[in-house]
Parts: sequence; structure tokens; C-alpha cells
Amino acid sequence: MFTDFFYYLRNFGVPVSMNEWQDLMEALDKGMAASSLTGFYYLCRALLVKTEAHYDRFDLAFASYLGDIQSPEGLPDKIWEWLNKELPSQEITEAMRLNHEQLDIEEMKRMLAERLAEQNEEHHGGNRWVGTGGTSPFGHSGYHPGGIRIGGNTRNLSAVKVAGMRRFQEFRTDETLGVRQFQLALRKLRQFTTRLEISKEELDLEGTVDKTCQNAGRLELVWARPRVNSMKVLLLMDAGGSMLPYSRLCNQLFTAVNKSNHFKDLKVFYFHNCIYDWLYHDSSCSLRDYTDTEHILRSCDSDYRVIIVGDGSMSPSELMRVGGIIDWDLHNAQPGIEWLQRIRRHFEYSVWLNPISANYWDWMDGSYTIKTIAQVFPMDELTVEGLERSINKLKSRSMVGKGNKVAKR
Amino acid sequence: MTLKMTQYQGSSNYIVSDELRNSVNIAIALGKPLLIKGEPGTGKTMLAQSIANALNKNLFIWNIKSTTKAQEGLYVYDTVQRLYDSQFKDHDVANIKQYIKAGKLGEAFLSSEQVILLIDEIDKADLEFPNDLLWELDQMSYYIPETRETIEAQTRPIVIITSNAEKELPDAFLRRCIFHYISFPGPEEMERIIKVHHPDLDKRLLEQAMETFYMLRNIPNIQKKPSTSELIDWLQALVVGGISPGKIKQDIPFLGVLLKKNEDLDSLLHGLETKTQNRATPRSNYWNR
Repeated sequence: MFTDFFYYLRNFGVPVSMNEWQDLMEALDKGMAASSLTGFYYLCRALLVKTEAHYDRFDLAFASYLGDIQSPEGLPDKIWEWLNKELPSQEITEAMRLNHEQLDIEEMKRMLAERLAEQNEEHHGGNRWVGTGGTSPFGHSGYHPGGIRIGGNTRNLSAVKVAGMRRFQEFRTDETLGVRQFQLALRKLRQFTTRLEISKEELDLEGTVDKTCQNAGRLELVWARPRVNSMKVLLLMDAGGSMLPYSRLCNQLFTAVNKSNHFKDLKVFYFHNCIYDWLYHDSSCSLRDYTDTEHILRSCDSDYRVIIVGDGSMSPSELMRVGGIIDWDLHNAQPGIEWLQRIRRHFEYSVWLNPISANYWDWMDGSYTIKTIAQVFPMDELTVEGLERSINKLKSRSMVGKGNKVAKR
Repeated sequence: MTLKMTQYQGSSNYIVSDELRNSVNIAIALGKPLLIKGEPGTGKTMLAQSIANALNKNLFIWNIKSTTKAQEGLYVYDTVQRLYDSQFKDHDVANIKQYIKAGKLGEAFLSSEQVILLIDEIDKADLEFPNDLLWELDQMSYYIPETRETIEAQTRPIVIITSNAEKELPDAFLRRCIFHYISFPGPEEMERIIKVHHPDLDKRLLEQAMETFYMLRNIPNIQKKPSTSELIDWLQALVVGGISPGKIKQDIPFLGVLLKKNEDLDSLLHGLETKTQNRATPRSNYWNR
């Protein structure tokens, strides 16, 4: 029963296993779907989907599986097309969000329930329900099968409409995500050691056995220091004007890093487009409040993990020339690229995170400088996956060596 | 088809959505743990209490901390005490049973009637923690090697597990759970929730407060969005402070109850400022700077 649906789900990227499928069959045997489509939807979702990140895929699979009974061909492709597109630009997402916040959710649910009841009695398997669904935005419960897709509008539009209704879309992990996800990724950045000066509070079993034996059997407990994270992190963030579109994303990363209290030390500095003689303490990048880059290089030992966040796109002179700094009242005696190389040479473990999607690096405005910087630092895009890859590089010496042409002195 | 099974319908002091109620009943019927995720303040922990009240069963709460080990939930063998006792010889140390203390999970298994077991904030513990509980939650039994005893649950407890998604849970563990994500309640549901806590609230006050609340939640850069519990506290403060409804939206009194971070207060003020500025100055002003 419904075996196709199993494969639908897997094709849509919901990792369903046989165990869960058998649970579903058992539940259906017990009549837990309450003989209604809504019941079936909730039952399937509770049993088969194990993270809110997959709710959206589940909705899509459910829609296309049940929708296919009556719907015209080619629709799943449409959805796929939509899925395969680049991340939608910010404006569209905002608008969509606004759009579906205006819906009166409770009423929708009531209407949906009514319609379903009607369908079960009179139009079982008929077209009416699907047709009606077409014009009614029953997206709320993630329950937008068929209807919306074959509504009165052109098909292209309805595909977008489906998308707009997808309540759980924001949980998709392949999109750039919020603070928590960054935090999750950052947790992987750890290195345990017992060499730090903290109180001894773990029972040292071997030591205790040793001591007790030396005492001729009288118990003596020996305590040891627990292992703690010794990871030290230096976060350098571009606060230049071109970063404005990504400020929210960078903010999220910043919050996540700040919240991660498992680092032994965390230093955050800002720079304007490229790093020169000064690293600023706040995002206004004014010379009121700064530390010399030179000083950082001298005072931070090389086991600091350096994460640089910046779009890396600037005019080539800013990166390559003496005096190329963008602030008109400042002068740099060393070109930015030399500063970057010095940082790279000093900090063995360093990565560059770029909020611009990697697909654009080759042909957008700053492609020359992005390319140049990517030869110095291993560069990845600022997404959860990109951060995870970068963190792996920060953890192991062998990984970090790859793809950089700067010799270590 | 009617089936004889325990059905959870919600309780008087806790508003439950249809979706959530469905999930709870599925979990009860299949005897599987129910994993609850959701934003802070959406009542994850309260759910277990509500089920316990509604079904009139005892509730065992196992609070997970970063140092909690799976073993502790089953039992603790107090070896150090036994060693000490053996040196002073005032106990019969041959009886190991007296040094075995059941943990929360153990207690729930040992109980003669069905209980509710809440494993709260499972993501706080070590990454391996859920994996260590797989067998125990699946079979509802565990083995104590020291006494060669197998403890089996007399009745399968209803297990509710909450998570704040601080860590990813292992797939093997997820496969054994029923999953439900509590989404943040919309205005109408929120009104029902508030009515439970403040039954006789002035209608205009509620309206204004709700509008302000959702306005705050919708500010894009807020780091810690105010949650249900904070709204309820805030309403309490508004009532006690005797604030007139007309003033709520303008002044947002007791803002500290809703926003807990300096950055958030800043971005709110900033947002309000730029809004008024934009209105006051035409665009051409940009060139005069």
C-alpha cells in the first residue's frame, strides 16, 4: 500500500527507512489516520519526517504524490525546476512571507476540513476537490496537494504559489540559515586538552588505584582536571559598504560565534574592504578605536583559528597597490595583499568565508580580487555547509595546507 | 473503527493544536517516544505536564545537563560508598543491591502503573548520549551487570523528549521517535493561550499588546525573539502597572520583559528612528551629506 509514496519521499530527499515505513503500516492498520486525508498527512509526517528541515520536502512529495492522481503531467518537474534555481533574492522571500502571514490560518483549516468531509462523502476521488483546491490557498497545514498546482492560473504562476505556501521552507538546510545552525557548526570547532589551569574534579581511576595500593588498601581518591576546549578564535569581519546586503547573514554568524562559549578565547575585529595596518574594534571602522594589525600578529600565537568574513570584491588597486586603501584620509605603505599574506603566513589555520554564493565568484564585479584572495586563503561561501567545510579545514593541519600558494617561512 | 486506547485531548491549562494532539496520540498508540522541537517558549516542557494531568498519570522529569550520562538515567552504582563501607565494616557490602540506585528512567520502568517520562532538553548532553539510550527506549528494559538483573518496564511509559536543536540528534535515534515541531502560535491561537493564563483581560489591552508583540517579533534583526512566556509575563506587568491600552503601542512600557538583549533594544530603537527619519527627509538629502 502506498509503496510509491515511499519512493516519492526518498526522491524528494526525505530519508525514510524501512523501520519507519513499517511503523506507518502498523499505525494505518490500527486506523490511526482516522480515514481522512488530513489524518493521513499528519500521521505520515509524524512518523516519517524527523526534522523540521525536511517538512518542506515532505509537503512537496505529498503534494506531488496525491496530486498526480488527477493532475496534468509535468508538474513535479516544475517544482524541481523551482528547487534547482538559485536561492531566491531577499525581496521575493520577504514578500512571500508577508503574503502568507495575511492568511487567516484558523479559517483556512476550518474550510479545508469542511471540504475534505464533503469530498469523502460525494466526490470520492473526483475532480472537484482538486479543482477547488486550485483557487484556495490551503497551504497552512503544509497541505497544498494538487489543488494549488492546477488552479485557474497559469501553471508557472501556480508553481510559485506552491512555493509561497510552503510554510516550512525556511527550515531547509541547503539555504543560508540562522544563528543556531551556525552555532551547531561552530561546535565542531574544538580541541580538547587537560593542560589548562582549572580545578581538578574528575576521578582519576588509575591514580586512585595506584595511591590506594601504596596505602596498603586504604582508599585514597585522586582527582584530575577534566578535558576542556583549547580552541582560540580570531574573527575578522568586513564592515564595508558592499557587505550591507549580507549584514543579516553576517550578523547571524557573529551572534553564533559570540554565543559559542566553548572557545578558550575569542577576539573579533572589523576591517573595511581589505585588511591594512589597522583592525577596528567596532563596525564603524573609525580610527578612534583600533588595534594595530602588527600588534595582533605579534601578540596572538599561531594556533589561533582565524575566520575572515568578507565579500572580497573590491577594486584591484585596493588590494594590490600602495596607498590603495579606500578611506581617502588614510595611507597604507604596504598593499592589502601583503597584509593578507602576512596574516596567512602567521596563522596556519585560517579560512575566508564569503557571503557571496560561490557560483558568482567567477563573473561578478570583484572576481579578480576574489580570485586573488582565494589563492591566499582557502575560501568558501558563508552557508552552513560552507562553514562546516571551513571548520574541518581549521581543525587539521593537512587540510589547511591545500589550495594555498603562500610558503611558510 | 474504534480502538481501546488512551487518548490525549488537551488539558484545561494548556492549549494544544490539532497537529500536536495527533502526534501525541500516535506516540501513545505506537508506544514510541515523542520528540518535540520548537522555539523556546512554545511550551515543549509544559506538554508533558499537561499530558500527565489529562491522563491522570505520574510524571517523571529527567533534566539533562551537559554532564549527564545515559547510564545515570538507568542506575548509579555507588562504588565509592561501597569501598568506604568495606573499610569501616559497618555494612554488609556483599549485598550490592543497596548500592544500586535507580535513575529517572529506571524509576519510570520500575513503576507499577504507566507513567509519563519527560526527558527534557536532550540536546544539552553529549553528542553520543541519545545513542546510548537506543536499546533502553526501544525495548524498555536494561541489564545491570553488577547484580545480573534485567529491569523490564512493567508498562511502557509514555516518553516525551524535548530538544532545542543545539545539537543534531543521531539518525538511529530519530528513526525510533515520533517527531513533532511546534511552530510559533499565530495570533488567534495565541489569544486562546493568553485566555488560559489571564482569563479576564481587558479586550483593548490584549489587542494592543498582541499587535505590539507581533510587531516586535517581525523586526528582522532581532536575535532573541520574544516568546509566549514573555508575552504572558509582560501582560501581567501591564495589568499590575495599570497601563492604559492606548499607550502600549507608543511607549512599549516594560520593554525589558520582552527584549532581553541590548543589541535587540538597539535595533528596535534604530528601526523606529530610521522609520521616522525616512518619512521626514526626502531622498535628495543624501547628496547634501
